[in-house]
Amino acid sequence: MSEIGYMLTDPLMQRALLAALLVGVSAPVVGTYLVQRRLALLGDGIGHVALTGVALGWLVGAALGLVPDDVLAVPGAVVAAVVGSVLIEVVRRRGRTSGDLALAIMFYGGIAGGVLIIGIAGGSSGNLMAYLFGSISTVTSTDLVLTIVLCTLILMVGVGLRPALFSVSHDEEFAISSGLPVWALNMAVAVLAALTVTVAMRVVGLLLVSALMIVPVAIGQLVTHSFRRTMAVGSVVGVVVCVVGLSITYWYPVSPGALIVVLAIAVYAVVAGLHPLLARRRPARDPHPDIPDDVEVEVAATNTGPEGECER
Amino acid sequence: MTSPVIDARGVHVRLGASHVLRGVDLRVDPGEVVALLGANGSGKSTLVRTVVGVLTPSQGEVSLLGHPLGNGVPWHRVGYVPQRVSAAAGVPSTAAEVVASGLLHGRRLALPRGWRDRAREALDQVGLADRADDATSQLSGGQQQRVLIARALVREPEVLVLDEPVAGVDRPSQEAFAATMTRLIGSGLTVLVVLHELGELAGLVTRAVVLRHGKVVHDGAPPRPHGGHDATGHEHVHPHTSELPVLTTEVGLTDGPLGTGSTEVGP
Repeated sequence: MSEIGYMLTDPLMQRALLAALLVGVSAPVVGTYLVQRRLALLGDGIGHVALTGVALGWLVGAALGLVPDDVLAVPGAVVAAVVGSVLIEVVRRRGRTSGDLALAIMFYGGIAGGVLIIGIAGGSSGNLMAYLFGSISTVTSTDLVLTIVLCTLILMVGVGLRPALFSVSHDEEFAISSGLPVWALNMAVAVLAALTVTVAMRVVGLLLVSALMIVPVAIGQLVTHSFRRTMAVGSVVGVVVCVVGLSITYWYPVSPGALIVVLAIAVYAVVAGLHPLLARRRPARDPHPDIPDDVEVEVAATNTGPEGECER
Repeated sequence: MTSPVIDARGVHVRLGASHVLRGVDLRVDPGEVVALLGANGSGKSTLVRTVVGVLTPSQGEVSLLGHPLGNGVPWHRVGYVPQRVSAAAGVPSTAAEVVASGLLHGRRLALPRGWRDRAREALDQVGLADRADDATSQLSGGQQQRVLIARALVREPEVLVLDEPVAGVDRPSQEAFAATMTRLIGSGLTVLVVLHELGELAGLVTRAVVLRHGKVVHDGAPPRPHGGHDATGHEHVHPHTSELPVLTTEVGLTDGPLGTGSTEVGP
């Protein structure tokens, strides 16, 4: 127990835990919308583009002679991620078939661009490792402030506008016919995804960002069938795996990002394995969901022929 | 003279390279129940999607409730029921959640107080009050269609635009739908409905507009259904992808004798 107290008084660990907690709550909120739009891999695409942003930030920092030379890496990632996600959204609106291809090109371009530019900036691809796989143990106070601001923004928009974002993600055509500002709401989801990728970059790294957005939502889907509760369960799972995973690395020197993602997938596997058992134990409330309805309707209409007429 | 609820004039719509609507005029007055008929590919869905602002006409004008399409339209007075979309969205959602999204319109981006009760009332109107907390993916096709109707009704619209509300829906659901529509029309609702055949709604429709190749070929009394086509027990469940029902429908529309006083719908 005293060891946990020890961990909690370590300022480095305090910052890391707070960052992990915030990212754990926020990432599944945005992930819920991405899964609903069938854009589960969008986070990966944005993550790759953000790598180019990191390298560009580095290049600009080096050119300006800033110290340390990666001070602009995170702002660079934010800018590149936002630009990239907006571009993907624009391509998605143009036509569905090319969206997939555009995403793929962005994947490759992002990584290649990042490695190329970091070389020009005088670094090596080794410098990118911290961003690719996370470096939560090096979270500075400045990083923490940025994380708090961005996570607050993500939660305010992602939870506050949930009904509107749900409507647009669920049935865009109906949202248009309701006069909702569909374009702005779509852009909001794209920008939220970009910001989430950049704040989660510190915790799990760009290569694993998407897992933190998607896997908790997949777990939520298994245990509930409401959109709101899927999001809530996702956030709880996100917080638990982030905080537990990070705490374990305080004693065992393994990569926190990788451990967090493995934990999340383990939870998914356990819940998916238990799910049939739990579902079976629930009373089978309605094995033939159509029958009560049809009877009720026939009584109301009172002029139907025999049931057999329907399926001729 | 009352101002029309829906007023489309000389509407041309191009989707990609195809010129789907070629100069369509459509006027719907308050209290009318207008059926939009025609074979698959004749432009019915394109026309209603244009009327509710989903598609932008390349030529012509559309006004809804006296306002040209855009931010000026009082969207809370318009209810739209799209052709049934697959309920297998990425994330599960309950019927009540889907219906509640009908309470958002224009610049209202947050749910009003008491949204649960209103969603439940709307589901009650389509006979699904007891399924409010069930996942939409657990409902049958006909029930999902009724959830979409409830989503349009929840905002208590003055005009309802429906795109094939009974295609692929079992007979009891069709009758429940007709009963709901009878009640709503009785309370003064204006309706524009895309149909393959009049079916259960035959008694409610006050006027029929028939589209063929993107043009209006008939606007007047509803055509009487082809003999045997609408007889008791004859059930027509159209899969949208199959070719055969397309032919059947066209035959039903072109060969059927028309009601007296209506324009001949010849090829």
